[in-house]
Amino acid sequence: MSASVSATPGRAGALWRSFAENRGAVIGLGLMIVLVVVAALADVVAPHSPIEQFRENFLTPPFWMAGGERAFLLGTDDVGRDMLSRLIYGARLSLLIGFSVASLALVVGTSLGLLAAFAGGVVDVIIMRVMDVLLVFPSLLLAIVIVAILGPGLFNAMLAVVVVTLPGYTRLSRASALSELARDYVTASRSAGAGAVRLMFETVLPNCLAPLIVQVSLGFAAAILDAAALGFLGLGAQPPTPEWGTMLAGALQYYQRAWWVLTFPGLSILITVLAFNLLGDGLRDALDPKLKR
Amino acid sequence: MLVFLLRRIGLIIPTFIGVTLLSFMLIHLVPGDPIEVRAGEHGIAPERLAELRHQFGLDQPLWKQFVDYEVQLLHGDLGTSVSTHETVWNEFTTLFPATLELGLCAISFAVIVGLPLGVIAATRRGSGFDYGLMGLSVTGASMPIFWWGLMVILVFSVALGWTPVSGRISDLYYIEPWSGFMLIDCWFADDAGACTSAVSHLILPTIVLGTIPLATIARMTRSAMLEVLNEDYIRTARAKGLSVRRVVIVHALRNALIPVVTVIGLSVSALLGGAILTETIFSWPGVGHWLVESIQRRDYPVLQGGTLLVATLVILVNLGVDLTYGFLNPRIRR
Repeated sequence: MSASVSATPGRAGALWRSFAENRGAVIGLGLMIVLVVVAALADVVAPHSPIEQFRENFLTPPFWMAGGERAFLLGTDDVGRDMLSRLIYGARLSLLIGFSVASLALVVGTSLGLLAAFAGGVVDVIIMRVMDVLLVFPSLLLAIVIVAILGPGLFNAMLAVVVVTLPGYTRLSRASALSELARDYVTASRSAGAGAVRLMFETVLPNCLAPLIVQVSLGFAAAILDAAALGFLGLGAQPPTPEWGTMLAGALQYYQRAWWVLTFPGLSILITVLAFNLLGDGLRDALDPKLKR
Repeated sequence: MLVFLLRRIGLIIPTFIGVTLLSFMLIHLVPGDPIEVRAGEHGIAPERLAELRHQFGLDQPLWKQFVDYEVQLLHGDLGTSVSTHETVWNEFTTLFPATLELGLCAISFAVIVGLPLGVIAATRRGSGFDYGLMGLSVTGASMPIFWWGLMVILVFSVALGWTPVSGRISDLYYIEPWSGFMLIDCWFADDAGACTSAVSHLILPTIVLGTIPLATIARMTRSAMLEVLNEDYIRTARAKGLSVRRVVIVHALRNALIPVVTVIGLSVSALLGGAILTETIFSWPGVGHWLVESIQRRDYPVLQGGTLLVATLVILVNLGVDLTYGFLNPRIRR
């Protein structure tokens, strides 16, 4: 009993040490924590409402420039909304998009992958063929086609991104489940009378988690990027929703006059995506000893 | 080898049918009857609607319509644009060279810059250069390229005035499209001004579309080189007195190239996805721009046919990569 209690923190500690060696990963984690806190406290942190229009302040520059005002730290957009507040609420939205898309894709994709690995035969062939078809399309194009079918909007854009990112989870979970299935402990569990569902989710799945955790972190980044791209093309969140990609699309015509309405939303996307990519890379190095040298 | 070839080709047939099924669904799942959509807001008489529905086979059961669609595709009929009344195939073949030209330039840029950077980073592992490059590489891979495109326009076109903002060539020149590749056509037209204009229009889109491949290639090259540099034959080569330079370039790089070339071969799909955004930003008259416009114009036949052609292209390129491998490496043939 005592051995198992002390073993757990030891393992977590080793994991953390190996994670902390990677400077990029720690930066990613730090950025992510800041983003989560800002998004969670958006109501408190944001100086203004994201949709309130200040009629005297169209395209006010950031405060350090001539004509800037301290009330609008990063300036205002073309209808007088505070950029900083919109970016903060945008962070909430983007994290929500990343979280919903990545978790739905994880659940559906992993279930399909496990099903393919366990059922084998025709089921396996059908599932994997469908994934092959999805993989043939450039992911943004496939997302565009799905949104064209469902109609533009944030929810449909998120569904499209789920479909687009599904094959990654399915292939990964199938491959690791197949390699685990050949192990002795699975045979032991099976001969002890464990049913298929129990085998799938209780015996095999926990041992396939490491690559899936990495995939979720990277999938988070991909989801935010793709949803923003759809927003940029006018197919995702619709104005006045403070979604970063949608904000960029709305700011396009002002690029000569007001660089800030264009620069900040994109920079926010970059920083967020970068944070999750760094985190994913760090997790991969920490969780997969094979890659360590 | 023949068995390998046939098996690989056999494998793509179900994929291809799946792709056509998806593009078939596109037209049939879009809300609204295609005929009514075409009739627009003027409306249409019920008798005429029934007649047209019959004429287009829309009163047939779905599976029958799908079979008809497949037959139609096998005859090379990809449909006709609703807005221009041009066949989808003609529009695609007119616009594709522009996308291909941009794509080739972007991937060449990525290789020419990314490969040496990756090699240098690997040979100076742990140095400031290595850390800096890896930091830039993960940043590049995280880049929202639609924003990156706008930023380079803001800096190089608007602030510095070095490069034009959009299009393939200045309006001052008219170059007879012969190959469809602006650079080649300008070269043969023997017009130095046009050549300069075409090149200056290409620079920014090339950099923007090439950014993500560049980041991936630099990173892949570095890790492949690190792996190879640990091999025994590298130590042997060093031990027999060869210079570091020769060992790195001749012995290590050649072997490290295999995974790098794979990444390049398989990045066609990502490149076409990136082209959609890059072409939209730079008003580059290619396939990506055309597809985005087709949505805005609700020109579903174009979106359907264009998507199918792009997917087919990816299938064929992937097949080509696969076959090349089988040809180069007998172990893969199994």
